[in-house]
Formats: sequence, C-alpha cells, structure tokens
Amino acid sequence: MKIPRQKMKEQNPSERIHNFSEVALGFTEDMAKTEAERCLQCGDPRCINGCPVNIDIPAFIRLIKEDNLLEAIRTIKDYNILPAICGRVCPQEIQCEQACVLSKRWEPVAIGALERYIADWERKNKLKECPDCEAPNHIKVAVIGSGPAGLTCAADLARFGFDVTIFEAFHKGGGVLVYGIPEFRLPKDIVEDEIETLKMLGVKVEYNKIIGKTLTIDDLKEIGYKAFFIGVGAGLPSMRKIPGMNLNGVLTANEFLTRANLMKAYKFPDYDTPIKIGKVITVIGGGNTALDSARVALRLGAEKVIIVYRRTEAEMPARKEEYHHAIEEKIEFQFLSNPVRFLGDENGNVEKIEVLKMELGEPDSSGRPRPVPIENSEYLIKCDTVILAIGTNANPILTKSIQGLKLNKWGYIEADENGKTNLEGIYAGGDIVTGSATVISAMGAGRIAAKAINEYLRAKFL
Amino acid sequence: MPYKILKKVQLGSSGTLFEMDIFAPLIAKKAYAGNFVLIRINEKGERIPLTIADYNRDLGIITFVVQVVGKSTLLLSHQNEGDEILDVVGPLGNKIHIEKYENPIVIIGGGVGIAPCYPQAKELNNAGNRIISILGARTKDLIFWRERMAEVSERVIICTNDGSEGIEGFVTKPLEDIISKEKISLVIAIGPMIMMKNVAELTNGIKGLPQVKTFVSLNTIMIDGTGMCGGCRFPAKDGEIHFACVEGPDVDGHIVDFDTLLNREKRFEEFEKKSFNLYKKECENLKIG
Repeated sequence: MKIPRQKMKEQNPSERIHNFSEVALGFTEDMAKTEAERCLQCGDPRCINGCPVNIDIPAFIRLIKEDNLLEAIRTIKDYNILPAICGRVCPQEIQCEQACVLSKRWEPVAIGALERYIADWERKNKLKECPDCEAPNHIKVAVIGSGPAGLTCAADLARFGFDVTIFEAFHKGGGVLVYGIPEFRLPKDIVEDEIETLKMLGVKVEYNKIIGKTLTIDDLKEIGYKAFFIGVGAGLPSMRKIPGMNLNGVLTANEFLTRANLMKAYKFPDYDTPIKIGKVITVIGGGNTALDSARVALRLGAEKVIIVYRRTEAEMPARKEEYHHAIEEKIEFQFLSNPVRFLGDENGNVEKIEVLKMELGEPDSSGRPRPVPIENSEYLIKCDTVILAIGTNANPILTKSIQGLKLNKWGYIEADENGKTNLEGIYAGGDIVTGSATVISAMGAGRIAAKAINEYLRAKFL
Repeated sequence: MPYKILKKVQLGSSGTLFEMDIFAPLIAKKAYAGNFVLIRINEKGERIPLTIADYNRDLGIITFVVQVVGKSTLLLSHQNEGDEILDVVGPLGNKIHIEKYENPIVIIGGGVGIAPCYPQAKELNNAGNRIISILGARTKDLIFWRERMAEVSERVIICTNDGSEGIEGFVTKPLEDIISKEKISLVIAIGPMIMMKNVAELTNGIKGLPQVKTFVSLNTIMIDGTGMCGGCRFPAKDGEIHFACVEGPDVDGHIVDFDTLLNREKRFEEFEKKSFNLYKKECENLKIG
C-alpha cells in the first residue's frame, strides 16, 4: 500500500481552544479521491459487517472514485439517513474501520471521513433530495424522542409510507446530538439540516411534548396512533453519594453540557443561560461525555482542565480520536484516581477534591480490570469546578406512565432483538433499552424497530 | 407552536407583580395542583420553572403569577396580551396528594407563592377539608388573591412584615398560634426558601409544639425539568440527594437541608445580577417598561 491514509486538516489546537468551531475540517476533493483509491473493493467486504447499519461501504467508495458523488450519497442514504452526523461521531475505529482488511498491515481506509465528505458535499451544494418513499398509507405512528434512534426510526417508517410524528420534550430536535455533543464536534446546523431531510419525507416534529406528561400513549392511541417507538434515551445522571456533592461548583456533565450546548451559555450574556467555570476544572470520568465536558470547559476560558479517571488510558471508553484531540489541547489526565470527597471553602464553594490512587485488579463484569484502591494514597487536587461524567440511568417519566410495560431491574425497557416490548404495538430502542451506548448503535436499533413496526402494521392493517 | 398570552393583569401597584393567562390546551388538560411548567420566552431565553396557579381545561388556559426578580421575569412582564411565549412545556412535577384529613389544613403562601397555594387549597377544599390560609408578604401591596383564597378557605389570615395589613410580622407568628391551640393535620408552605425553612422548623416539634406533617414547594434552578440535568437537586438532612423536578416540587419539608439548598440557589447570583442590569439598561435606552 503505497498511498498513506489521508488525514483531515484540523484547526490548530492553540487556536481552537478559544472557539467552538469544528475541530476537524474534512477532506478536500483531492484527499477524498486519494483516500477512495486506497479501498481494495474486497469481494467479501468485512467493513459492511462492522457497521451497525450495514452501509454498502465499498459501493459508495467506488462511486467517489468514479466521481459520481450523487450516487454515492444515495447509496449511503439507503442505509443511513444521517451521514453527516455519523461521519463525525461514529467510533469507526472500533467498527467499520477496524474490520477493514487494510488495517491488518497498514492503516484502514478512512471510511468515516469519506462518509462525512460526501454528506458535506451534498449539503454545501444544496443537492439534498427526498429519498424514495412508498405511497402514503395514512397509518399513524408515533416516535417518542428525536435522538439518533428516533430520527432513524422515523425516517425509515416514513419511507415505508407511514404517517410519522416525532414527539420531542425539548424545544429543539436531536436529543443528545444537540444537548450533549458540543458544537466543535458536531455543528448544530448539521443536526438541523438532517432533521430537515426527515421533514422532506413528511415526518412531523412536535416540540415541547413530554410523553408521559403532556400526552400519554393512551392519548395518542385515542387520536389514531397505531404503533409507537420509544427512543427517549437514558438521561438520568447517576449520582454517586460522594461527601461534598452539594457544594456549589459540583455539577453533572448533563447540566454542564446542556447549559453550554442546548442553551448556548457560552454566549452569555447575549443568551440568558449562565454557566460558571473558574480557573481550574476537574472532570470525573473517562467516557466521551467526560472529554466533551473537559474540552467545553477549556473553550469557556478555563486555565487548566484535569480529567480524573479511575482506570487507565487503555480502558477509557472515550473515542481514541477525541482522546488525542484532548491531549493536543493540553487537557491533563490523572489516571488510576478516584475522588473520595469534595472539600469546600467557607462559602460552600468547592475548592479541592480528595482523590484516592487505584491499581488495576481482576476483570469485573464489564471485562475491564477492576480498579482497586491503594490504601493511604489520598491526595488533593485544587479546583473551582467539578463536573461529574460518571454515567446515566434510565429516566422513569415515560416508562412509569405506561401500565404493564416490562422493565429490567435497572429500569430500562425490555425489548427483543427487533425492539418489540411486551406490549402490542410498542417498540423501543437506543439507550432506554441498552443503557448508555453510542449514536450509531441507537440508530441501528431505530432501524431494526422500524422494520419490525412495518411488518406488524402491514400484517394488521394493510 | 408558540403560546399566546390571552390575559395579563397587574396585581397591586408595585408594577412588579402580574397574573398571566396562557393558551396551552394540552397542558391545561393535564394540569393539576402541584404541577409546574418550564418556559423559554424567546430564542435567547433561559428555561425557568413557573408553578401553575390555575387552569381552565375547557378554555385551554393555564394561569401563573410572576414577580419580577431578574431578567427573565422582567422580560416576561414586558410581554402583553396577544404576544407569544416561544416555549411552554409541561405539566411537570407531581400532582399533590389529595385526601380528606381529620383536622384542618394550614396553607401558607408567601409573596408570589400565594398563587400556587390557590389550586392546592381549591382541590383540598373540594375533597372536604377545612382550610386555614395564611397569606404573607413584605407589605399590603404585595398580597393578592384574597377573595379567591377566601372562596376555598374556612378563614384567611393576612400578615405583613410592615404591619400595613393584618398581623405585623412573619407567617410563622399566626402559624405558631394555630398549632399551639388546635389539632392540624397538614401544613403546606409555598414562598421564599427562607420562609419555607422557618415554617418547616416550627412544625418539626420544637418549643413543645406538636410535630405537623409539612409540605414545601421547591422551585429550584432547573433546565430540563425531567430529571436529566440534576440542576434542581436538593440535599436531604441525611445526605441523600433528591431531584425537585421529578420527586417534587412538593416535598416533605422536614427532610430538606435548607441551609445547603439556600446556598445552592445563590450559585449563579453574579450572573443573574449582570444579566438583569444589562437588560434594565437596554430597556432604559429603548424606553421599554
């Protein structure tokens, strides 16, 4: 393999820490073509199986090579209605690109960057077209939640000819794509644009509607909805009972990111939602949410950001690419460290965290080595803000409102491999079934459920 | 779809207190005593919780009473009949528990907190309870809904800090008097955090007084109001963490660690001041209000 893997240009770290613009700048036309040349067009392509929605990857790459970008985007969209999002936030390194045959001896084809390139080309040239749909059958389906699972499910259902309405609790669509993932990793106008594609398909979006509060599933049945897809996400922040949790300056990543991303607190006072930063920020956790919080804090003017994680670099659930970006941005990592308490000043503001050193022990139920505390290894970190990014639990608002819906012991919905719950006509997918996972796995679940809903409704009503 | 303001009425002459009817039929249909909504006035606005003070299901109206305390409430006070609020979402939080209690219920509203007392008094009165209402404020001009509260109460006691109407002093004064003389099944207190703290202390079995079950309504800082952000969380005295939005807003006043919560509610003070002052200046320049 003579051609090296092409690398997207990126904003310089010393510049980008002062703005919220996208870090990765995408491929140029030449780079995309060069990268497409690297694809071997395998007879038995493994990348397709590595993709949770099974995009025909070699086909769209071949079309890039042949300069037929319009067909390339059509090919992707047959499988994935949100390519501009997936090209940016999918963990390709453990999915399609890991499966790429080149990765054995060289570097894999940059599939994610190519997907993004095609999607951006379509958007920039305003070539968005309405994907093919079956004739409308006027059967109403409700999709609850407009995150990645809901958007994908809604799009597929609309293409099957159903009359689809998405119900969203917030004033903006996209779920975690807008309140969780920051602008510099996924620009919000891209999310809006992808939602526009859904509207082209005839999907309606009802904002400010909390199903379980504003309307119930029974209300929706009464006005003619025949099937339901629940994709409300996990969402409830886990709250470990750490002494000092209620000091001012200790907050959840959900609150921090929602203020910054959805409510645009980084534009305060032009926008009304405030956010408090201080000079030194510690973020507890090792997932993408922890990294996102750390990098947002930096862009909001923090002088120093420290990530405290109880395992090591190798076990961090965050994407490698984002970890490298964080390192480039001089985020400090303190591995094998676990907070035991937060200490405050006389005004009740956090000023230090006490941390216990850990070592890795035997693997736990997740298969990762369990962190074991080292006795008498406590030390202090001075800080002004502590952001907790230690995971989420199931939000009970909707599930509690549906009588008889089967949940597992953690409160997540029990659904079979097709997303079918124990109640007729009710399907579910994404984090509310699996617990916190990835954007693309939620999309995969939305897609599978759409297929099952299609079969169910056709058998029953058509 | 924005939410239209159907009616706006000034309460008193302070110019800082007003009642608003909003057309929100889906919310009105589900609204009940104890529920609140989150509103965002415009694209750049913050999300603020407002407790529902009344609702008319047939007309699709929800009512709230607002006191100007910062930028968002001042901005809201500048909206007029026919104007629209960009987002109203709800009803959130839990409905209050209704039962017929053996003895009377004392309902205490402090300042703008009088408004959310009304639906609670109304529903509990409808359930056959005897209601004693205590309405308190700094001064006479800030007391409102005297007649409405009288319609659903056996008696209404007014107190003002400056003595301009009714008893001079805090709401705890008549409350202490009542619980020392007669058996009370329940106390409900809605108003400034410090008032709710003092009420909850008084009813927790001090000074030889009986302990009386007390609910307080926690209107803490919230963003989503559905349990997602944890911004509204409040500490209990035993160190447990609770979420006001999904476990409340009405909670057992005797478990709340008010001192920590009072401090928590100050965490954005400097920002709130900055935002308020900037907007006031802008209003002066544009001659609004």
